[in-house]
Amino acid sequence: MSRDPRFKFRLYVAGETQNSARANANLTAFCAAHLPHRHEIEVVDVLQEPRRAMADSVFMTPTLIKLAPKPNRRLIGTLSQPQLLLETLGLET
Amino acid sequence: MKLIKRRATNPNKAPTGIEGFDEITSGGLPHGRTTLLVGQPGSGKTIFGLRFLVHGAQVCKEPGIFVAFEEASKRIVANAEGFGWNLPELLRRKLYIVDAQPQPDLIQTGDFDLTGLLTALEVKAREMGARRIVFDAIDIMLALLPDPTAKRREMYRLHAWLLEREMTAIITAKAGGDEASSLTDHPFSFMQFMVDCSVALNHSVTLGVSQRNLRVQKYRGSAFDENEAPFVIGKGGFDVAISRALGREDSAVSEERVSSGVARLDTMLGGGYYRGASVLITGFPGTAKTTLSGAFIEAACRRGERTVFFSFDSDGSEVIRNLRSVGIRLERFVKSGLLRMISARSMGGSAESVLVRIKTLAREHQARCLVIDPVSTLAKTGNELTAHGVAERLVDWSKSNGTTLVCTSLLDEMSGQLEGGTPLQISTMADTWIHLNYLVQSGERNRGLSIIKSRGTTHSNQVRELILSDTGVTLADIYTAGGEVLMGTLRWEKESAERVANEVAEVAGKLKRVTLNAEEAVLKVRAKSMDTELLAKQVEKTLLDRTTQSRKGELSRGRIRMRELRGGDRANARHKLENL
Repeated sequence: MSRDPRFKFRLYVAGETQNSARANANLTAFCAAHLPHRHEIEVVDVLQEPRRAMADSVFMTPTLIKLAPKPNRRLIGTLSQPQLLLETLGLET
Repeated sequence: MKLIKRRATNPNKAPTGIEGFDEITSGGLPHGRTTLLVGQPGSGKTIFGLRFLVHGAQVCKEPGIFVAFEEASKRIVANAEGFGWNLPELLRRKLYIVDAQPQPDLIQTGDFDLTGLLTALEVKAREMGARRIVFDAIDIMLALLPDPTAKRREMYRLHAWLLEREMTAIITAKAGGDEASSLTDHPFSFMQFMVDCSVALNHSVTLGVSQRNLRVQKYRGSAFDENEAPFVIGKGGFDVAISRALGREDSAVSEERVSSGVARLDTMLGGGYYRGASVLITGFPGTAKTTLSGAFIEAACRRGERTVFFSFDSDGSEVIRNLRSVGIRLERFVKSGLLRMISARSMGGSAESVLVRIKTLAREHQARCLVIDPVSTLAKTGNELTAHGVAERLVDWSKSNGTTLVCTSLLDEMSGQLEGGTPLQISTMADTWIHLNYLVQSGERNRGLSIIKSRGTTHSNQVRELILSDTGVTLADIYTAGGEVLMGTLRWEKESAERVANEVAEVAGKLKRVTLNAEEAVLKVRAKSMDTELLAKQVEKTLLDRTTQSRKGELSRGRIRMRELRGGDRANARHKLENL
């Protein structure tokens, strides 16, 4: 499926907090289900790299930024609604 | 060193630099604690917060962070430009604005928290040594949180974080229309219980005039003024109008007198107005209220005192021209910068904002004397309710500054009949109240001046006539005749009649003197001639004596001779001699 774009995500989390852990798990599950073999996830811990979070204007955790394909999209929260995720990422057919 | 000095003033308060507010709260916001600031949109929350940070950065050596949930930092800086805070300079080191507006296309899926924000702030705060922080429009962020539990949790997280770092914080939030709802029905009313201090801002429009009010709702561990205090967003940012808080120290009272500009009025007042006193000049239109205050100004400028004249009736240049016609020349003082004429004919807005502008301008000019002509402007439509309080604060403010204040006030013909209440009841607060009125008599209107009261000075009880001429303002005695007060032409007639009578009396006196002199002269002459006569008689008498004696001698000598010649009949000789 070469015409399907590759998805690049950056997920900002705050250490091992409940919301962050949940978001991480939800994202991994979502990608496995809908974007197999065409996704990259970079997890950034704001507690470790606060300056990066600030530069990216990430104030609420967890925050998911879709870097590719363009345009960038931002989602906050535990990513607990797969349907909303599908819509936002334009994966709904 | 500086820290110690500041703490010595009040360790528990973080001054906001907002005039009035620091007085209400006896020092400012609770230091190291959180304050909630609620108000409708446009009620001045952002400016309040910014002012707090600017003061911290500029004066208290407390750098600050502004977390903007609603407005972009660029817009905030641009909006604050007019206040003269020099934000760009502060933004280099002492102030930081965090753009925390949620992106408009932000999608929320499930619960989240503020850890990201707090971590970022942690880094920034440590880096710049921030001691103050403002979260502007927290409601925007809270609205994204899915449920009340999450909202509450995040607010407590924020609060705990602030307390732990001993940051002095302001959290602003929009409140609904009426104030009651902000207290109880608000979705995050729990914040009221959480914070140590809570302030409500309120903006209403009464009869087309905007009125802003501020009220401290709670303040843990500190006394505060709980009444609503009007405030204005003006040139310097935020200005809260307060009446004297109880227990505030009295300002220094001066024994010094300043001239009213009219020599005889000074005499009537026992030396002039007191320095720092509030003088009220009331009267109908055209009774020379402005002229009297103009005379005061000229005297002040002559002493070299900086003075501001607020003219609400006519332009400053018109006032100068009009006063020139009565010999009061103010141009030179305007030119030298000693006197500032403010034409405020069209100065609109609430009485409160007018007061703030008066205060600002007077402060800018470092005025020692102030004239407000007329102060009744404050009570224009829409301001009746607040005007009294404003006038009160005006008097109070000028007193605490030691500024000598002269206010004129218009009395309309009807209320004037009672010669009583001025519209602002400022007359009860004024130290000296001079009333000007017209006396209509035999086809003339003449101006009468009387001192209704003058605290702490002996003052004349006499009504005097105020005379305006091209050489200046003077007061003339008036005549009372048959229970009637004589002024103007009648007084002049009376005066000239008296003058004539005096002259006649004088002439008569002179005449009498001349007559007496003449009589005296005649008598003197007569006395002299009689003296001469007397002398002549005396001479005559002496002569007579002498002739008699010599004749007697001659006779006796002759008899002796005869006897000698006759010899022998001495006895007959004597007898014959005796018969001779």
